[in-house]
Amino acid sequence: MDMNEIKEIFFQECEEQLAELESGLLKMNDGDRDPETVNAVFRAVHSIKGGAGAFGLDDLVAFAHVFETTLDCVRSNKLDPGPEVLKTMLKSADVLADLTAASRDGGTVDPSRTSVLVKELEALANGQVPAPTAEAPAPAPAPKAAAPAPKPAAAAATPKPTDESGFQPVPFSFDDFGGEEAEPAAIEIPLCDVIFKPRPELYSKGNEATLLLRDLSRIGEMSIYCDMDALPPLDQMDPEGAYFFWKIAIRTEKGEEGVRSVFEFAEWDCDLEVKVHEVSAEGSDEDELPMQPVPFDLSALDDTDEDHDHHEDHGDHHQEDIAAAIEAAKVATAVVSMAAAAPQAAPVQAAAVNKPAAPAPAAAGNAESSGSAGANPTIRVDLDRVDRLINLVGELVINQAMLSQSVIANETSGATTINTGLEELQQLTREIQDSVMAIRAQPVKPVFQRMSRIVREVADMVGKSVRLVTEGENTEVDKTVIDKLAEPLTHMIRNAVDHGLEMPEKREALGKNPEGTVKLSAKHRSGRIVIELSDDGAGINREKVRQKAIDNDLITSETNLSDEEIDNLIFHPGFSTADKITDVSGRGVGMDVVKRSIQALGGRINISSRPGQGSTFTMSLPLTLAVLDGMVVTVAGQTLVVPLTAIVETLQPEASAIHSFGASQRLISIRDSFCPLVDVGRILNFRSAQANPTDGVALLVESESGGQRALMVDAIQGQRQVVIKSLEANYTHVPGIAAATILGDGRVALILDVDAVVAASRGQALGGDGALAAAS
Amino acid sequence: MKKKVLTVDDSRTIRNMLLVTLNNAGFETIQAEDGIEGLEVLEDANPDVIVTDINMPRLDGFGFIEGVRKNDKFRAIPILVLTTESDAEKKNRARQAGATGWIVKPFDPTKLIDAIERVTA
Repeated sequence: MDMNEIKEIFFQECEEQLAELESGLLKMNDGDRDPETVNAVFRAVHSIKGGAGAFGLDDLVAFAHVFETTLDCVRSNKLDPGPEVLKTMLKSADVLADLTAASRDGGTVDPSRTSVLVKELEALANGQVPAPTAEAPAPAPAPKAAAPAPKPAAAAATPKPTDESGFQPVPFSFDDFGGEEAEPAAIEIPLCDVIFKPRPELYSKGNEATLLLRDLSRIGEMSIYCDMDALPPLDQMDPEGAYFFWKIAIRTEKGEEGVRSVFEFAEWDCDLEVKVHEVSAEGSDEDELPMQPVPFDLSALDDTDEDHDHHEDHGDHHQEDIAAAIEAAKVATAVVSMAAAAPQAAPVQAAAVNKPAAPAPAAAGNAESSGSAGANPTIRVDLDRVDRLINLVGELVINQAMLSQSVIANETSGATTINTGLEELQQLTREIQDSVMAIRAQPVKPVFQRMSRIVREVADMVGKSVRLVTEGENTEVDKTVIDKLAEPLTHMIRNAVDHGLEMPEKREALGKNPEGTVKLSAKHRSGRIVIELSDDGAGINREKVRQKAIDNDLITSETNLSDEEIDNLIFHPGFSTADKITDVSGRGVGMDVVKRSIQALGGRINISSRPGQGSTFTMSLPLTLAVLDGMVVTVAGQTLVVPLTAIVETLQPEASAIHSFGASQRLISIRDSFCPLVDVGRILNFRSAQANPTDGVALLVESESGGQRALMVDAIQGQRQVVIKSLEANYTHVPGIAAATILGDGRVALILDVDAVVAASRGQALGGDGALAAAS
Repeated sequence: MKKKVLTVDDSRTIRNMLLVTLNNAGFETIQAEDGIEGLEVLEDANPDVIVTDINMPRLDGFGFIEGVRKNDKFRAIPILVLTTESDAEKKNRARQAGATGWIVKPFDPTKLIDAIERVTA
């Protein structure tokens, strides 16, 4: 793994964190005051900032830092997350998302947007935070985190007397410190006297006097003296006490700052005196050193332990009575534990023997699959690999079908084992296929979440107050469907907010909540996913739509249309009811584009509207674009596949049930109702004359607008799961045909586009006639 | 024998960086995603040194450190805190919880290895 790959991971993680951030903020917006929600929001920003810092993405770090500071105020209850505050935060989340995208894909984010929000965020943080917390963000947020190495010495030079753990300021002369500052001019390497007195806490936090002394020895030449006077008799000794202290004389170019930086981690838990000698007085100083220079044997550190002091042995044993310890020391194990200077050494080895294999899986970086982290363990897989697998499974299905077919063709009477085997193979293939499809299934949540941002933005732009309610966001559907859903949904949401909902004043006048509601829901229904988008706005103004359609020559003023038909006019190309073109939805794309993209996904869209109460768009989409269950039929010698989801029932028409209607229309009476009969062969131009309905089979299908049609085909061959092969990708779009597939015998069959055929039967021409017969 | 480092961090990005950096520096690396998991794997992992983040779900770094220090076997293990906060308050809390030292993010491989070497023999 290299940095680029990690960066890739970082951006993936950003996506997740941003989603987390947004959903958390939205929860808070709904009044959720759970501290864990606030924490999760804070962590999301914090995490982005952390990763961004590592990659030097300064813009991102700077903004995340300001955002984080404000969130921290909320987290520590210094700032109440009221609606105004959350509005700023949600906008900030959007900017953070944009900055992340800009860092990933290049490009920039309008600096004015960023700076406006930075100011708002800072105002929020400053307004509520008591002044003494000098952590208020600077106007130009120089990211603290992006600053280079910490300056420990600077911190050390101004020890805080207010340490809660009883830290007492080191007696320490600032005069000397001043002298040290003048030092660089001198040629002499400064000589420092260091007194280092560890307290027991130093050891209990995992620091080691010996290691600190080792580090100190690395910055200069030193002599060291260990004062052991405080060491009590053995029977009074606390094994975890700190009885020794060291006096060190070190000659180092790094001066006091360098010395203190060695003790950076330990400075609170020891008394540390550092005194720099005046260079001029150096000679006499040396004589005054109160200690005997003792050569410090560093090599001893590398192996073990003889010269370690017993008080560093704060390892494995409890605070036991010393006498008992001495007694126990006769036992071998206790000796080990007493003598081990590195307290973990013994247990480490013991455990390593006991459980040699245990750390291995974790060490392989597999912590994610260890399963202990609550959520289901997951892996991330390149989408290409999944698609390749899906393609292969598709081939497998075809191959299995061909095999079955050839066995049937050559069937010999005794070959039951082959048949059983084939059946099992078929079942397995089906299961493999389902499992592979499940890999691609994803919850619609990310798309839904994106919509909340769209709602905010549009509502802001048009001055409306809108609340987005989402439902069923964990409903799963093929990733391709999700990806392609974003655009039409965005457009519809824009329309709903811009055209659907009334202005707040008007809503109030109508006795509605001034805040409009847009609801987005998803659910599974009979093998498809149904997505509903509804608003509680004015509903479709049918009079206006009708007038517009007349103005645009879509209909004549005499045309008699049902309410449903008028509503559906908005899906006509180039239709827009807004009197004036707004920034928001007047972009030249209308609902016709939405309809086409939904249809391209094998879906249907439907509108129902109630004046004064709002409109509901219902989209029904296939769960996957890779396979479908189809009914294989014959029409004029051609083999076609009709998607099973469209078929309500099949029936053999009797002559008495067929009624002529007008010149060429025919109706079939099914139970108590009449249903238009559509000859598929005729519609697709497979034949010029209508076939006799009693010779064929009628497939009762449900069309997009809910109306039923009876499709006439010559014969039904059977039901089969077929792998969808796009015609567009391999040939070109053919009206009336959704896609193609390969059948068990290796032949290509076309998949019927039921909605298009039904639409054509209504008198709308399919267009591109005649191309069909040649296609198969 | 390779020194073993247990890292505890909820960010996949940082986990990967730690893994690459530590492995390149010749450490054996064991990773956990939050404080709870960190404590769960502690016994089996049996690390020589721990590097932990502060802000984590379920159990944060402070709680994790306290948990480690309560374990007799690990009460003296060096624990380094990875944190973006360079301010004294956070350091102080980490220190009170029992942290040995800290590494200030942005993540810098050199700083990390230096700090680990400072606190391990």
